[in-house]
Amino acid sequence: MTQKITIEPVTRVEGHGKVTIHLDDDNNVKTSRLHIVEFRGFERFVQGRPYWEAPVLVQRLCGICPVSHHLAAAKALDVIVGAGTGDGLTPTGEKMRRLMHYGQIFQSHALHFFHLVSPDLLFGIEADPAIRNVIGVAEKHKDLAVQGVMMRKFGQEIIRATAGKKIHGTGAIPGGINKHLSPEDKELFLNGPDPLNIDQMIAWSQGVLEYFKDYYAKNQSFIDDFAVFPSNHLSLVRKDGALDLYHGVVRAVDPDGNKILDDVDPQDYDQYIQEEVRSWSYMKFPYIKSLGKEKGWYRVGPLARLNTCDFIPSTLAQAEFEAFKAVTNGKPNNHCLHYHYARLIEILHAAEVMKDLLNDPDLMEGELVTKGIKGHRGVGLLEAPRGTLFHHYEINDDDQIVLANLIVSTTNNNEPMNQSVNHVAHSWMDGQPEITEPMMNAVEVAIRAYDPCLSCATHALGQMPLEFSLYDARENLLDVKHTY
Amino acid sequence: MKTLIYGYGNPGRQDDGLGNAVCQRLEAWVSENQLPGIEFDSNYQLNIEDAAAIAEKDLVIFVDASDEKLDDFCFSRVDGSTKVSFTTHAASPGYIVQLCKELFGKEPLVLLLHIKGYEWAFREGLTEQAQNNLASALEQLKRILTDPENAVKSLDRLKIC
Repeated sequence: MTQKITIEPVTRVEGHGKVTIHLDDDNNVKTSRLHIVEFRGFERFVQGRPYWEAPVLVQRLCGICPVSHHLAAAKALDVIVGAGTGDGLTPTGEKMRRLMHYGQIFQSHALHFFHLVSPDLLFGIEADPAIRNVIGVAEKHKDLAVQGVMMRKFGQEIIRATAGKKIHGTGAIPGGINKHLSPEDKELFLNGPDPLNIDQMIAWSQGVLEYFKDYYAKNQSFIDDFAVFPSNHLSLVRKDGALDLYHGVVRAVDPDGNKILDDVDPQDYDQYIQEEVRSWSYMKFPYIKSLGKEKGWYRVGPLARLNTCDFIPSTLAQAEFEAFKAVTNGKPNNHCLHYHYARLIEILHAAEVMKDLLNDPDLMEGELVTKGIKGHRGVGLLEAPRGTLFHHYEINDDDQIVLANLIVSTTNNNEPMNQSVNHVAHSWMDGQPEITEPMMNAVEVAIRAYDPCLSCATHALGQMPLEFSLYDARENLLDVKHTY
Repeated sequence: MKTLIYGYGNPGRQDDGLGNAVCQRLEAWVSENQLPGIEFDSNYQLNIEDAAAIAEKDLVIFVDASDEKLDDFCFSRVDGSTKVSFTTHAASPGYIVQLCKELFGKEPLVLLLHIKGYEWAFREGLTEQAQNNLASALEQLKRILTDPENAVKSLDRLKIC
């Protein structure tokens, strides 16, 4: 007899999802899937709108990473207004956007680690759900929880200072930016009252990285053995191979580190990337065309970025990167929970980049906008907190959007998340006749490693309760359990 | 008395923008009337850093659009809650109050203003009914902000949910 277990909702994941696990006659896992069961059709929604509205409109996609959508749309429109592809902006335009973006990376990664992940590490997967949450962290590890809150607040303030406001920010416009950094904000971020200044942010970033490394040393088998499987990895890198989260060329490597794609212009992404539709999920499955559907899927996000880049262009993060690479002897790292390790190195890098930018006089003065000869097609890629984000727009002669294609980070990670769920399901559920809370959370831990925003990925907003259901070989429902 | 009015929701989703609209309207009114000690903030949703923001205040009024069965609007008092939402899209006011207490040792008086909304599609602008509800809620908020110290002593005069 085959049984099917469904997990719904996935807790501490942005948005919606459902996990089904099919068991065979011996209660061993036969197959498992992460389903996305809502659909919003945002790409249709923007059609017919004037192209210059896109950077603001796309922020309706999600309240979690509106800055990433804002900037990716603006980058695509840079091309349409003839301002070039990332390196064509004025120094002020590009650096203000970079500050906004690294502020977003900083606050998003801080939220994910402190708020969503640290409870699992501090209390363990099998701990009582009543304490395995951020309130539990606050009670037992107050310093860590306060740091998480204040790091998130610092990143949000950077966004306010560069995007103009928290809701529907208007900072990035086609061809540049609409403001300089004010002297008051610069002073606040550089020399503001403790703890809200950049030196404190760098110190805390180092501190949380040390915390993780210490945890890793004490729990190496858990971190190393949880949902390990080989995959391709894809991200933007700077032309010289450096980590660059705002702009670059597309690079993909295989599990051994061999380059599959390199130096690919983002404008040509659709020559190399294809999206597959599967009947059981509204979230598509992207893959590298040359490798085909079966072998062409890839990971994106912090782990993928540290696997594709050659170095990190900031001193402290580079030293941590070298230690990270040493764990796998320089080869790509395919350990699911090392996403957290990579994410914390990126937090440190983001803090270093913000400090450099805050000291850069170009943010305070200079031309804001570049214009050129208008075209009809533009593609904007950037490395959002959760991974590579693609925005592609085409317009008609009346300046209306006639085509929009968005491949969000979580969509890129669709197959890897499914693979992770499958690995965990086998490890925790083979031979188990019933659903337990630790089993459900183990599946969620695997999904959480990717920091998915299922809301963006499906272009659906709101809450998606997730449950576990158990089916037999004839698809009879045997059991249902909710994680909420 | 340090007061924070914090509206949240997505103005790109019609009536979900009620919280933000309250802040926009009231901020202008407070400025015109030169009322001291009142700050405003808006965001798509509440999040953990808001625990730090409310820690510095004596009175906090969160404002959110509501699809509950309401005539127009109502207030509820927010106490700390250890209930953890499964997604940070849905960090509740009670969750923020509890975090504030745990992390910063502060317990400001926190109210939640629920304003009835009706439409939530992907466009900007409030429905006519929501605008009417907004106007009614603003009148009561103005009375509170004109004399907040007295208002907090007589919460029973508010339109309680």
